[in-house]
Amino acid sequence: MADGNLLEVKNLRTYFDTDDGVVKAVDGISFELKRGQTLGIVGESGSGKSVTNLSIIRLIPDPPGKIVSGEVVFNGNDLLLVSNEAIRKIRGRKIAMIFQDPMTSLNPFMKISKQLMEMTQLHLGHTKAQARAHAIRMLETVGIPDAQTRADSYPHEFSGGMRQRVMIAMALSCEPELLIADEPTTALDVTIQAQILELIKKLKRETGTSVILITHDLGVVAGMTDHVIVMYAGKIFEQAPTGELFARPGNPYTKGLLRSVPDPTAEQGKLYQIPGLPPDVARLGPGCPFAPRCDRVEEICKREFPPFVQLNADHYSLCHFAREVYSESGGTPA
Amino acid sequence: MSALLSIKDLKVHFDLGGGGPLDKLFDPNSVKRVVKAVDGVSLDIEERETLGLVGESGCGKSTLGRAILRLTEPTDGHVFYRDRDIAELSQRQLREQRRHLQIIFQDPYASLNPRMTIGQIVGEPLETFRLARGREAEQRVQELLETVGLSKRFIKRYPHEFSGGQRQRIGIARALAVDPDFIVADEPISALDVSIQAQIMNLLEKLRREKNLTYLFISHDLRAIRHVSDRVAVMYLGKLVELADAKTIYNEPLMPYTKALISAVPVPDPQVEAGRQRIMLEGDVPSPINPPAGCRFHTRCPYAIDACKEVVPQLVEIKPRHFAACIRISPAQPHIEDVAPGAAPGLEQSVHSVD
Repeated sequence: MADGNLLEVKNLRTYFDTDDGVVKAVDGISFELKRGQTLGIVGESGSGKSVTNLSIIRLIPDPPGKIVSGEVVFNGNDLLLVSNEAIRKIRGRKIAMIFQDPMTSLNPFMKISKQLMEMTQLHLGHTKAQARAHAIRMLETVGIPDAQTRADSYPHEFSGGMRQRVMIAMALSCEPELLIADEPTTALDVTIQAQILELIKKLKRETGTSVILITHDLGVVAGMTDHVIVMYAGKIFEQAPTGELFARPGNPYTKGLLRSVPDPTAEQGKLYQIPGLPPDVARLGPGCPFAPRCDRVEEICKREFPPFVQLNADHYSLCHFAREVYSESGGTPA
Repeated sequence: MSALLSIKDLKVHFDLGGGGPLDKLFDPNSVKRVVKAVDGVSLDIEERETLGLVGESGCGKSTLGRAILRLTEPTDGHVFYRDRDIAELSQRQLREQRRHLQIIFQDPYASLNPRMTIGQIVGEPLETFRLARGREAEQRVQELLETVGLSKRFIKRYPHEFSGGQRQRIGIARALAVDPDFIVADEPISALDVSIQAQIMNLLEKLRREKNLTYLFISHDLRAIRHVSDRVAVMYLGKLVELADAKTIYNEPLMPYTKALISAVPVPDPQVEAGRQRIMLEGDVPSPINPPAGCRFHTRCPYAIDACKEVVPQLVEIKPRHFAACIRISPAQPHIEDVAPGAAPGLEQSVHSVD
């Protein structure tokens, strides 16, 4: 394992058996996450970004899902090989998660305090009194006003933004080394989104937790992450440091995505659009899955699967014409 | 330009009960609870413009859109369309008028009847309004499908066979079937993937130009609103708080809520994001049930003074064609940062209308 890496995912494949055939939701992806860094995973629905993260913590429902191959090396241990008992100890303790919809992730019949206390009683062996004190401290940390009293509320008594704060408090209560945030602000209003993102940034600064942030919003990625992975049809299409990816994209899909987001600072006009629809992952041909929608498609793209081309130190792109695309964006291929 | 639609002091209140004699028997402190979803909105929508209506969840933007078409009955106020007050029409007259006023819904999964074919869905309005029948109707449906970028081969298929973006196109074709003047687009892209959002925005824009349509484009997505709109109206807890053309509202917002809203939008550019100073609002949007008195934003406003708790600010033309509702600014002192602490130069315009 390379120095400074907290997580290394190697050649991960997660398939689902469906009536339509085998869906290769995640199909041979590899990436790493350095300690203290934030990795963004961007993609449209069905690209495999959430399945990737559920695979890391082994929460893929089996059947129909199955991790077919790969390694998930966390702190030197391959999580795909450890016992169920061991992975349970890691979930919540070393790797914590927050999801898009905080209402469905909280138990509606349990007081907030109790749900938070469960975490540290289980993982850190806190006594009831210790756990309660800790729970209230965590609620204060995430900015719940009047935490002492509010701790004894039920989830439905909180607003969406407040519930997401509770989820964050819960996720961070055992000081995990890795926080996986799956669309944490998608269900929230923009002013609340700003509060939550700022909170994640602040907590990250203070605790040094590494973060994987899954989102479809390129604006959120731009402001929050050090590295970005762009996924499409279960594959990594591009990966690069955030600044590099936005300034010099090396893949036609990434380029299209960046151009199809309205830029509030630019003049209006026709918005660039990627034509067509995302592919049905159960029925992929031999060629590049993006070929039917790509604006620079050529014969080879329909016939042969594209290579994963290294463009620069940390910059990779899955494309037959990665170097050309990269040069057009102003990059100099190494 | 002239107003196609003129909304005057429109109100939609939902009575949640409470406060009656029986309620008081069980709870002496019971008070009447009313959601003032839309509370006195006046607005002109000009012919062939796209008016963007933006606000956070619960601000009443969708209710306003529905009330204009009387899909939700207004409690009070007027909606003039070509000099007729829609709010006063009988059900029968209203049905006739609906031909000219259509809506596209947010959820493309819930707004199409799963048991009807695409041909039936798009053709139904033609039948209802007796615009075409038989061969002619079929031909018209084919044309409509092609207009929205769908193959006419789809005519016999059912909604479940389509993706979200395609369903939204079907919804658009249905709205266009009756050749309307005005379309309320209620969060038409929110449920769609990024690459599909651009397709639908471009389609709506193309149709507007080709068919001389007027849109009320409702969205919480400020980037989309900025892109599609000519003018933008900002709503907060049932009231309009700012109205100006899209570029102005984005570059020089005047009302503190609009300022915070715009500063909260993430920009897809790491360099811009790194150097950005955000206006962070404290807390959540208050409940629309018995909302705060005075300016409804005063509970979260960094510039609020005591008078803001009492006086309801009116929408005032602060700069030419730029309206804002805030007692702390005025045409003479439009920028709140420059106003002396505690001063309320706009107080006079609003003080007569304490409610």
